Amino acid sequence: MHKNKRIEVKHLTRVEGHGNLTAIIRDGRLKEARFDIDEAPRLFEVFLCGHDYNQVVHMASRICGICAVSHRCAAIKASEAAFGVLVSERIRLLRRLAFHGEVISSHVLHLFFLVAPDMFGVPSVFHLPPEHKDTVRKAMRLKRAALEICRTTAGRHIHPVGMEVGGFSFNPLPRTLAELRGAVEGAVEDLQALVPIFRRHSWPDFQRKTAYVSLKSPKSYAFYEGELYSSRHGSMPVEDYRRTISEYTVPGSTAKHAVIDGASYMVGALARFNNNYEQLSNAARRVADEIGLSAPCTNPFMIPAAQLAETAHCLDESLHLIDRLIEPEISRQDPSVPVHPVKANGVGAVEAPRGTLFHDYTFDERGTCTEANLVIPTAQNLASLHADMQAFIPQVIEEPEEVLGHRLEILTRAYDPCISCSTHVIRLD
Amino acid sequence: MRRSEKKRIAFFDFACCEGCQLAVLELEETLLDLLSHTDIAAWREVMTGDEPPYDVAFCEGSICTRADEERLLRVRRDAKILVALGTCAAIGCHNNLRNRIDTREALEKVYGKAARGMDVTEARPVSAVVDTDYRILGCPVSLPEFIAVFKAILTDQPYRLPNEPVCVECKLTDTLCVYEKGRVCLGPLTRCGCGAICTRFGDVCHGCRGLVDEANLAAMPRVFSREHLHAIMGAVASGQPLDEERIRQMIALYNNYPELKIEDRGDA
Repeated sequence: MHKNKRIEVKHLTRVEGHGNLTAIIRDGRLKEARFDIDEAPRLFEVFLCGHDYNQVVHMASRICGICAVSHRCAAIKASEAAFGVLVSERIRLLRRLAFHGEVISSHVLHLFFLVAPDMFGVPSVFHLPPEHKDTVRKAMRLKRAALEICRTTAGRHIHPVGMEVGGFSFNPLPRTLAELRGAVEGAVEDLQALVPIFRRHSWPDFQRKTAYVSLKSPKSYAFYEGELYSSRHGSMPVEDYRRTISEYTVPGSTAKHAVIDGASYMVGALARFNNNYEQLSNAARRVADEIGLSAPCTNPFMIPAAQLAETAHCLDESLHLIDRLIEPEISRQDPSVPVHPVKANGVGAVEAPRGTLFHDYTFDERGTCTEANLVIPTAQNLASLHADMQAFIPQVIEEPEEVLGHRLEILTRAYDPCISCSTHVIRLD
Repeated sequence: MRRSEKKRIAFFDFACCEGCQLAVLELEETLLDLLSHTDIAAWREVMTGDEPPYDVAFCEGSICTRADEERLLRVRRDAKILVALGTCAAIGCHNNLRNRIDTREALEKVYGKAARGMDVTEARPVSAVVDTDYRILGCPVSLPEFIAVFKAILTDQPYRLPNEPVCVECKLTDTLCVYEKGRVCLGPLTRCGCGAICTRFGDVCHGCRGLVDEANLAAMPRVFSREHLHAIMGAVASGQPLDEERIRQMIALYNNYPELKIEDRGDA
């Protein structure tokens, strides 16, 4: 009981990017618990300046290989907001479809490649026992369907091509979209077959209420568009994010932490699930029921469960979007609209797979970027992860170091941290 | 190859988007086939554990800190063959653009006092820090090239990078030249091997695979000139003036590590 424990995990595996986990227990009491980002600052906000808006959106997707479509769309939306570009329904639908492809791809990667090894007690998906080979194959097929969505709407997933300010530089044919529909239908079946793995899984029992923050739209379960919404603070215009979210530096970490009204908050799949549950497809709600997830859920260990429900939703929604895109009046619309740069500032917010992502650019009259500000989901979640560790460790403080360390790894991994971007906010004011 | 002679392979990531590793995962069953001829010794992104030494180490990303450099030197010592995976590692990508600004000053702007103790060095491609045995180009890596290099390594063969411009692949894929749309493209200067993925989708080439050997930069302003485009393509280039400075700015998105000479960027 009165033992000192020190848990140190350097370069946590099966996460995107480099982070170190530390917990120090002295005389049976939690002294300190941290997850520090150990990624060299890449300073995107600084070197995006001086490039024209086409280069900015091209470079923006290179911030993250997993969330390339999200970064591209956030950059495009910020530029279009600055230049006053209004896009057609076809463009909106194509972007939303690309977005769903990315969310499915990212969630499947996290669920089956990064989290599942913990559930089966193996070091990696390649080490799963032979009876699970079929699981791996189905998960890969699911991922392939997601990539097909991206290939049809953005050339590829990493990194999208042809997604531009003002629309698309290509126009998918109805025939291509119809073929895609077949691939997505197959993926719906594959997902159904994979859900039972999670039904049998017992999630660690832990609850901590916090503010859940996401976009919210009257039109749909928000990924590509919507207002900023907090379960504690209500709706806020996206443009006010700088006034709403305050950030502070933390010693030892190159990622800033974020708070609203001085308190941590959660973004990502579970926050969206809690805020927008009513807009999930019927199949997605059935998946949630089946794996014991109900809204509101205050257990951060269940973030992957929310990702699974969202995967089901995104597959259904993709079928719906494909049907809309094939409709004659949508098919006839141009895939791009003219763009005329003006000297202005614009903010774009989207729901990246890991949560709300903000891009904020100022352009000169030629469309050259003069100032850039990016707020990424993982940085926003760090304060929430720390608060969870503070609350969770006393529950399991009696456990041996190794078990405790493994539990903390699982908690951290549940957040699906994606830190390779290592882009941070420049506060110029 | 006998089973007992399986090569021990490892993947390492340094500062980058990790898109090259993720692209490799997109190979799905082809990847499983390739991996069946190897043992995985380390792959942090998808696996717990690290067991040197390695026969082959794939390294992705830029070297941006002293800790990165030490880790890379350690990998180099432990690996018989080191492969620069993708443009960040092979020739340099956006990460290096920060070398043009005062990094210390920028850090202080972002982090305030907390910037002082930060371990930050000049951003460099892997190939500028250690000797590389193979290089795979692209942002993200070209998967056919990844497979070709992987097979070359398994069979102890060299790999020769293609040395034609992207224009060749546009022709081979019946792709409409984007000059026809009055857009500026770096295809004529850029090493092919990507299958012209960007231009096939109507986008322009931003030069992510680096320059071909003996790329003629000086000739490009004339090629790009309004009159010339008009004459040869019936198109009118729009937007900013296309002098050599502008073309160098465009090329610098990916070809921005001056210490690597153009001839170093060819066959590894």
